[in-house]
Amino acid sequence: MTRELTVGIGAAELTTADLVLDLGQHHPSNHGALRLALVLDGDVVVRAEPVVGWMHRGAEKLFEVRDYRQVLVLANRHDWLSAFSNEIGIALAVERMLGMEVPERATWLRTLLAELNRVLNHLMFLGTTPFEGARPFTGFAEREAVQRVMEEVSGGRLHYMLNQVGGLKQDVPAGWPVRVRRAVEGVRGVLPALQQLVDACPRGVGVLRPETALAYGVSGPVARACGVDVDLRRDDPYLAYAELAFPVVVRSDGDSWSRFACVLDQVGVSLDLVDACLDRLPGGAVNVRLPKTVKAPEGHTYAWTENPLGAMGYYLVSRGEKTPWRLAMRTASFNNVSALPALLPGVHLQDLVTVLASLFFVVGDIDK
Amino acid sequence: MSALDPVRLVLDWGPRLRLSVFDVGLACCAVEFVAASMSGQVPHAGGPGDADVLVISGTVTDKLAPAVRRLYDAMPEPRYVISMGSCANSGGPYWDSYSVTKGVDQLIPVDVYVPGCPPRPEALLHGLQQLASRVTQPAAVRPVTGSAPLVGPPGGVRGPQDLRP
Repeated sequence: MTRELTVGIGAAELTTADLVLDLGQHHPSNHGALRLALVLDGDVVVRAEPVVGWMHRGAEKLFEVRDYRQVLVLANRHDWLSAFSNEIGIALAVERMLGMEVPERATWLRTLLAELNRVLNHLMFLGTTPFEGARPFTGFAEREAVQRVMEEVSGGRLHYMLNQVGGLKQDVPAGWPVRVRRAVEGVRGVLPALQQLVDACPRGVGVLRPETALAYGVSGPVARACGVDVDLRRDDPYLAYAELAFPVVVRSDGDSWSRFACVLDQVGVSLDLVDACLDRLPGGAVNVRLPKTVKAPEGHTYAWTENPLGAMGYYLVSRGEKTPWRLAMRTASFNNVSALPALLPGVHLQDLVTVLASLFFVVGDIDK
Repeated sequence: MSALDPVRLVLDWGPRLRLSVFDVGLACCAVEFVAASMSGQVPHAGGPGDADVLVISGTVTDKLAPAVRRLYDAMPEPRYVISMGSCANSGGPYWDSYSVTKGVDQLIPVDVYVPGCPPRPEALLHGLQQLASRVTQPAAVRPVTGSAPLVGPPGGVRGPQDLRP
């Protein structure tokens, strides 16, 4: 005997869905609204369909009436936990179309800040795990320290607006690298506590198979946790990644625990990358002088970056105007959540929270 | 200096008053709501049914608007609303989007607007303080915007600007 159930995620679903999954009020995937249409046999999921679009804000259409400075404002915001990484893709695309050489220091600083952004993103997901016995806000004080150095350089806590076409808006303040190293050390110190949180995750739950991951375009730590060894930082190097040696964190089991473990190990790798960038930070300018209006020449390009949650692609079509003709996004969360119909069948209802928390999605990144 | 030193305000809810807060976390602002919660000064409500204050933190889309309205309707009187961030205040950076509600005050009456994109956690706590002082003062004035019942679908009549020929 099967039954149908509408499951909501997020506070806004409280009065409308049959059942609201509690990922915890502080869990980043709980912000916004996502709905799952489930068919259950007893307590086991038979069929699952994500119902998306509740947070659709029309960013792609709005890009078309924003000039290339303003585009960054919106590009920041679809995945609000990866704002810096989101900016980079746009900047790279426009710079490529303009044939613009970006100063070396800007490239290294971008790499450094992108890795700090990755740490911030991952700590948010790790510190809010919905498992029993998890102390709320584990690692959040250390995360705040990283957030403070990001704020110090950009002025923003969440949406940095530090990238511009041709480099960064401004150089880092005096003494900043010292404070970054201190923040990095702080996060290193909290990694064992986070490891304990991750180990509280039940094993063997919500197994994603590598062929499913490939079929649905799953990327990022979710894909690497099931053995899909793809990381754009290594496989299609951008910024300064070609000159940096770093391990790509891959696991083979593909269950929820592996996904959490991947994310945790990536934090360690990112911290090392931050240190490496600081060691090799060249001097010089951080931007090039821009004309009053930036117009990308007629043509199109596709720029993609390894965002914290997976591959983030921007397809930019220009007709030589100061606004994009079309700027389409390929977002990591959208593809990762698309795999739910293949991933959820067989999962028990009580494991649903664990599986969803281990998919690391941001609703704005799904709905754009 | 600890992580959130500047936030160390004391929220004085008055002698007998304890306002519990329910957050409708919708977008980026919800992350800053979490940061504000870290101060331990935001008493959380389990749901809209036992909440005094509804915090709308993030972008309200036309598709979500009825759900937000229903959450408000599920609250007991007296109820208060804090609109957190530019999106909830006015649509913010999505002011010209085809799918975003241009301010949650078109759906429900708002008592305190917290500006910012997103506002700092301190700004939210300040907003809560403002609300608390207003609640404890008898001369508190209730806002009139949006106090009329929701007419038609949220995509329909929205304000005087839409009534022009």
